[in-house]
Amino acid sequence: MDFTLLRFEWVLIGIIVVLLVGKLTDIDKKPYFIPLINLLLVVNILLGFVPMPHGEAFGNFFRTNSLIAFEKNILNIALLLISVMGNEWLKKTTVQAEHYILLLTSMLGIFLMLSSTHILPFYLGLEMSTIPLAALANFEMSSQKSSEAGIKLILSSAFSTAIMLFGISLLYGVSGSLYFNDLANAMQSQPLHLAAFIFFISGVFFKMSVVPFHLWTADVYEGAPTAVTNYLASISKAAIVFVLFNVLFKIFGHLQEGWTLIVSLLAILSMTIGNLFALRQENIKRLLAFSSISQVGYILVAYIGFSPHSLGAVFYFIIVYLLSNITAFGVVSIVESTTGRVTLDAYKGLYHRFPTYALFMAIALFSLAGIPPTAGFFGKLFLLTAGIQPMYYWVLVVAAINLILSLYNYLRIVRIMFIENGENRIESISTNRLILVTMATCVLLILAFSFFPQVYQWGIAWYGFVR
Amino acid sequence: MEGIPLLHILILSTALFFIGIYGFFTRRNLITMLISIELILNSVNINFVAFNKYLYPQQLEGIFFNIFIIAIAAAEVSLAIAIIINLYRKFNTIDIEDTNTMKH
Repeated sequence: MDFTLLRFEWVLIGIIVVLLVGKLTDIDKKPYFIPLINLLLVVNILLGFVPMPHGEAFGNFFRTNSLIAFEKNILNIALLLISVMGNEWLKKTTVQAEHYILLLTSMLGIFLMLSSTHILPFYLGLEMSTIPLAALANFEMSSQKSSEAGIKLILSSAFSTAIMLFGISLLYGVSGSLYFNDLANAMQSQPLHLAAFIFFISGVFFKMSVVPFHLWTADVYEGAPTAVTNYLASISKAAIVFVLFNVLFKIFGHLQEGWTLIVSLLAILSMTIGNLFALRQENIKRLLAFSSISQVGYILVAYIGFSPHSLGAVFYFIIVYLLSNITAFGVVSIVESTTGRVTLDAYKGLYHRFPTYALFMAIALFSLAGIPPTAGFFGKLFLLTAGIQPMYYWVLVVAAINLILSLYNYLRIVRIMFIENGENRIESISTNRLILVTMATCVLLILAFSFFPQVYQWGIAWYGFVR
Repeated sequence: MEGIPLLHILILSTALFFIGIYGFFTRRNLITMLISIELILNSVNINFVAFNKYLYPQQLEGIFFNIFIIAIAAAEVSLAIAIIINLYRKFNTIDIEDTNTMKH
């Protein structure tokens, strides 16, 4: 067996071991700890781009190919961005090494899940990616909200995994094997198969916070430290979106007639309810949580198409979504770590005091809303065109109406930052050079990414790896 | 196979599954909610063993899956209990209604 197939995982394990050994010598009390960890994450990204063999390992439990390597590279870059954005908050905590050990363990689980071709590593990876996140949500030991977020995350994720496992046990009953290929061949439109599908997919949708299963999202996002919220809303969501291709297109590909209606109804519910609940939020983290719920709705629209274009569109959109979401939460994190406030009125007149941050935030929000000069527009355009399917035009109509509705939510923050000028505005803000440079890079990428439609074509070319 | 038919075992596991879900939604004590999740996981385990024994006796896949479920459930519960202890220190209760401070 070729152990170099697991290179992404080896690198992560190497960094975790360095941190564990470093913890014995109190490495996180040293002033060079944060630069060191950022350097290690850069090395992690660079090693990811070194060409590597493709193939299968562990008796066909684990596989890697250009599609999976690309997904892992995207997530690696996002991890570095999130880590840098959280630096300002991290300086105030006393246990920094543990934060990264948990974060990287969760990342390791995500990588295992992306590479799996059997339900067992899929399940192990899913659990490995969520259990450390509950500990991370509870990371601010002195805060009530933080531990409330932790318990909400662990209970809802344990519950959703339990329901998903019930679906898996039914899948085992109908097929006698848990390899994705065997499961795909065994699927037929019979009641038991459909029941197994519904149990299984509810577990996946729970993690993705699609609407009937979204109740934990806003509370966990609000209570968790902003750096962790950033990870939850970006990387953990993007990983599940990638995995959903394996689930819907591969395992349940033969049930496509059955799931199209379910997925389109849930997409509509997610978009509408996400946008409507965002209208009345006064806390910016909750507002962004509901906005991420509605973004998941738009992503689900692309799956209805069931074609190579779905993969291309989702790839393109996920990259734009990661960049915009990480920037938006980065600004929230900066404002929170210097003033301790997360309500919308803290942003009154931000433009007059700190124009750079306000501009970064505005461009990120424009991209989330899908306004043309930013790449978010093309992302939304690709998603909706990929979702075209005879008999399902109404989904696109509802999605278009929702895009207009969502403008209010995002432009409300922009109006507060640029036009309103309240009394209790922010007086000082951190000016960490590294964070500013990272945010500027993200914003430039958001603007420049409109000129890189190649990602869309790569997605179409790699469609064979999914089916 | 003599004795209990597969259907009876499946009825037991399905009943256990829904008892677990009912418990999770109605109980207010965090520990009892964890116990309800364990009930669901045990119904899954019964399903796996039953399918393995009755339908595919030549394989071991279902039984091995069980071992992983039990191990991961233990990890999950230990973390959940750690968080509950932390929660108890701040709220002095583990009642879900009293610890719910975030409202939309």
